[in-house]
Amino acid sequence: MPALKVENLAKTFPLKKPLFGAARDGVRAVRPMSFEVAEGETLGVVGESGCGKSTLARMLVGLLEPSEGHIEIAGKALDNADPAAFGKLIQYVFQDPNSSLNPRKSIRQIIEAPLKRLYRMNRAERAARISEVFASVNLRDEFLDRYPHEFSGGQAQRIGIARALAANPRIIVLDEPVSALDVSVQAQVLNLLADLRAQFGLTYLFITHDLAVVEAVSDRIVVLYFGAVVELGRAERIFAAPRHPYTSLLAQSAPVVGRALTAPEQKDSELPDPLNPPPGCAFAGRCPRATDLCRATDPPLEQMGEDQFAACHHPLED
Amino acid sequence: MTQFLKLLFRNRLAGFGAVVLSVILLLVLLTPILPLQNPDTTATADRFLKPFTPGHPLGTDHLGRDLLSRLLWGTRLSLAVGISAALIAATIGSAIGIVAGYFGGRTDNVIMRGVDMLMAFPYILLALAIVAALGPGLMNALIAVAAVNVPFFARNIRGVTVSLAGREFIDAARLAGMGHARIILTELLPNVLPVIVIAMSTTVGWMILETAGLSFLGLGSQPPQADLGSMLGEARSALITHPHTSVVPGLMIFLIVMSINLLGDGVRDALDPRLRSGALSRPRATTLVERQGEIPPASDDLLAIQDLHTQFHVGKRIYRAVGGVSLAVKPGECLGVIGESGSGKSVTALSVMGLVASPPGVITGGAVRFQGEDLVGAPYETLRQKRGDRVAYIFQDPLSTLHPLYRVGEQLAEAIQSHHKISSKDARTRAIALLKDVRIPNAESRIDNYPHEMSGGMRQRVGIAMALANEPDVIIADEPTTALDVTVQAQILSLLDDLRRDRGLAIVFITHDFGVVAQLCDRVAVMYAGRIVEEGPTGAVLDAPAHPYTKRLIACVPELGGGRRELAAIPGLPPVVDDLPPGCAFAPRCDKARDDCRAGDIPLDGTAPRAVRCLYAEEAV
Repeated sequence: MPALKVENLAKTFPLKKPLFGAARDGVRAVRPMSFEVAEGETLGVVGESGCGKSTLARMLVGLLEPSEGHIEIAGKALDNADPAAFGKLIQYVFQDPNSSLNPRKSIRQIIEAPLKRLYRMNRAERAARISEVFASVNLRDEFLDRYPHEFSGGQAQRIGIARALAANPRIIVLDEPVSALDVSVQAQVLNLLADLRAQFGLTYLFITHDLAVVEAVSDRIVVLYFGAVVELGRAERIFAAPRHPYTSLLAQSAPVVGRALTAPEQKDSELPDPLNPPPGCAFAGRCPRATDLCRATDPPLEQMGEDQFAACHHPLED
Repeated sequence: MTQFLKLLFRNRLAGFGAVVLSVILLLVLLTPILPLQNPDTTATADRFLKPFTPGHPLGTDHLGRDLLSRLLWGTRLSLAVGISAALIAATIGSAIGIVAGYFGGRTDNVIMRGVDMLMAFPYILLALAIVAALGPGLMNALIAVAAVNVPFFARNIRGVTVSLAGREFIDAARLAGMGHARIILTELLPNVLPVIVIAMSTTVGWMILETAGLSFLGLGSQPPQADLGSMLGEARSALITHPHTSVVPGLMIFLIVMSINLLGDGVRDALDPRLRSGALSRPRATTLVERQGEIPPASDDLLAIQDLHTQFHVGKRIYRAVGGVSLAVKPGECLGVIGESGSGKSVTALSVMGLVASPPGVITGGAVRFQGEDLVGAPYETLRQKRGDRVAYIFQDPLSTLHPLYRVGEQLAEAIQSHHKISSKDARTRAIALLKDVRIPNAESRIDNYPHEMSGGMRQRVGIAMALANEPDVIIADEPTTALDVTVQAQILSLLDDLRRDRGLAIVFITHDFGVVAQLCDRVAVMYAGRIVEEGPTGAVLDAPAHPYTKRLIACVPELGGGRRELAAIPGLPPVVDDLPPGCAFAPRCDKARDDCRAGDIPLDGTAPRAVRCLYAEEAV
């Protein structure tokens, strides 16, 4: 049984109806997508700004109600938007560690909240659990009575991780957990996350825009473009042998030491407009391989190769 | 708390207000035990006695009642009513504001339109209507005054709540299983409380005035009960013949309202975090210069930063943000400056044109030479002429550097016209050409866009176009691609590379990304804790880093194609630059550090073009 199963999950944000004329279609932030995450697996979700990765994350933890589709966590369907119901099963680590901690609460009060509300623990049980969680993220107990502004970005992010761990979830959604951190601290946090996964048998959904980071931490990777899955495959293969031209463009754009600087695409390419989406493949406007077929019909996600899937009419060869 | 009081009393007027108000409050609290006459005892024989009459220090009124006694009892009542009205209005108004701001959407719409309707009536009319409906009396006046002030609080608090409700800690609270009521009470309320206190402190005086107004009209306190408004109202008919009966309560109202307002402004200034951090002190046009030591001699580089020291003086603390940095670029060269946050790379860049905000920034040593001319301490007009004309900047976030209310074309034209006398038409033509240079499609129509109508990549291209507007010799780019997507970043980098090759531009490129440096820069300088720890040609430094910090920093950055692995993290945190250790700043995090690393200053040493600041370098340079 997969730890997380998502079926045809989609989110459309309605637009305000104009005073005159008919209501417009909403913005389709996430188009119907399906995937599974196995127990103990790390699924990387990568995409550029506006690709729907944060909307997806917010639906998965119950902060946003899906427009359609199903979310199944450990065989249990959770479709309504009720964070309290999701809380024991799936938790969330925010991008900006400082803005995710209430500046007027002590660290103890912040970490206690899920224990009080989700588990109704008494004071002694909470203290024991907090010590345990704090030890596992390598923070000292004396930090508990301080306030968030006293911590650096890396420490604050550890506190954010500790809060997510305290609820004892099976799955943690990590939304750009290291992009606000300095590189030397980033590695500390990534290694901590890897240790925690091994120690507690956690399942991660790791959302980021950084290809090198996602490749270093993931088992499988989903590439999103314009609210849809364009490619899904094993982490070690997907950027080395991409099938979708967009994945290939991403891989070539990432700055790599020792690779000459070339602009990987035409200079005048425009991103698709969410208010006025193109009819066929959303990437067709930027794609060197696009044909009339691409501009007319949206390609479905199809299996290509052993465990790689891509949504493309003209996939790249191996 | 003591800090708050210190801040409050640093404002002399607020301190004065606090003293006056405390005296009044003390008098009013002591009124029941003071040896005063009964305020309601009439003695028509003694009517209109002048002040300083024995037995009646402030005289008597038209019924011969003792004015001092009536004044103190009246003040007591007026203050009680005003403060209660403020508390009631603040509680109800804030509750409405928080609920509207937190739930948003339709709830917000319905509530706030109701509040707007309430606000559309002139307040005195509304208060009169409320009192007319409920009947005269002090209690009803209190209700009326509270009611007319509810919208003020509701609107204020709603605004604050809306911005707080979008913060991630509210989402975190929901994920921790908290319900709406608990989130409002334990997460939102503590954060809006300072705003409520500020709003209250600035409106209490106003509410006392409004209560007095209603009493003056005979709608508040009823005879014989005294409050300040009714005392004024009763004295009105004798205003000309016996002015002291009006002057006494009038003076008291004036003192109360003035002291409360002065104190309220002081409380607001002391509580507002923006004002507390000194945002109101206007920065100077150029960075303050207090150079000690010798000024280095001129060199033949296009732009040379020579032994630059820039510090931030905050209170008693001195942050040594830049502690002796020397860098130089030649025409057509791209120099990378790499470092983590707090390493001083941005401050170095801003010091070049005196753009570090002063206070608190001070340049305390060294020189910045552009074509041999020292810019540190140069007059403002010299710097202004060179800013954007000879040396231009590109910043990280184009959304915050472009003015949101002007079209990008106007901003480009302004950049050109502030340095060259050309007509608006020519400036526009030039702006279109610039947009084409940075490869913005449909430049002719894009030029009339507002910044918010463009994507992040487009805006950064406008930022680059603006930097290019006057064909500068040097561009200083401070993390210009950090906020952009990788595909856009690749385009911007190749654009910058083309520009420097075509135009012979010198670029100082500040970043934290080794991949970007490797692709774009000829030379690289690595900064740590305000100093350069290593420099040299990019390829040499990246292939064989000599400083342990450089080596470990490269190792802890995952690289695409490296596969899944454990990353070599650097333990510990970068040092805070107000308390640097003696010797090597990296020593506490370095596994090669020995006692002599911590002893004294370590020079930046090596054979040109490479240099390293380390006693036990990884590679001999």
